[in-house]
Amino acid sequence: MSLSVLEGMGFRVGQALGERLPQETLAFREELDILKFLCKDLWVAVFQKQMDSLRTNHQGTYVLQDNSFPLLIRMAAGLQYLEEAPKFLAFTCGLLRGALSTLGIKSLVTASVASLPTCKFQVVIQKT
Amino acid sequence: MAVCVAVIAKENYPLYIRSIPTENELKFHYMVHTSLDVVDEKISAMGKALVDQRELYLGLLYPTEDYKVYPSHQSPCVESTFPNQLCRYGYVTNSKVKFVMVVDSSNTALRDNEIRSMFRKLHNSYTDVMCNPFYNPGDRIHSRAFDSMVTSMMIQVC
Repeated sequence: MSLSVLEGMGFRVGQALGERLPQETLAFREELDILKFLCKDLWVAVFQKQMDSLRTNHQGTYVLQDNSFPLLIRMAAGLQYLEEAPKFLAFTCGLLRGALSTLGIKSLVTASVASLPTCKFQVVIQKT
Repeated sequence: MAVCVAVIAKENYPLYIRSIPTENELKFHYMVHTSLDVVDEKISAMGKALVDQRELYLGLLYPTEDYKVYPSHQSPCVESTFPNQLCRYGYVTNSKVKFVMVVDSSNTALRDNEIRSMFRKLHNSYTDVMCNPFYNPGDRIHSRAFDSMVTSMMIQVC
């Protein structure tokens, strides 16, 4: 089972969500607005909760942290199953990447887990 | 009432373009193409302003070979003696997909709300097309549901 296949599926779903969710909202004026939209509206629509923290280095890298990621919360709490966790995050990375691409941002999204169920998604904007 | 409807992708190529008097199709294609410049201008101008992005604007009253140009933003029917005035309207979504609509305002001056509601319907149908898992973003739109929605907009009022 390839993680890139999962990520690809997430990408397509993200593209569709990126079209449907901002339908009634006004235009996004800058990148940060788009990231905030991801953390609030997209996360709420998919996981019924908001992202817990958004950090940036103002140079195109954003770290989104979720302290109790719904897909991991039922698995374990702590360090058990740390190696299995990436499989469950691949789809979500694709989701973020797809939504960003519909909104006009080319990016690379990776996920990392330090201890379940907290996970971090790192979004690196690709400047072309 | 709408004479031509076009959906243009982010990269400025058409995803869907359809016009009602099918013999002059090329003319409408050109019309839509020229409207794109105006749309791009408006988008870049608006980058600074804090206005509602879902702009609805009145393009130039387009001159076809038979008709005169009236570059007026007021109600077109008032000033001209020519029967058909083709107005172009534009709409841009958050994903930079543009909708261009050419309407024939000879019979009734279409009100702003009606145009806005037509664009809203277009946007909803486009979103449905995007959510279709068999549709690859960037392909031409072949959806029958989308076609029938556009047909209903084109023969709405006679």
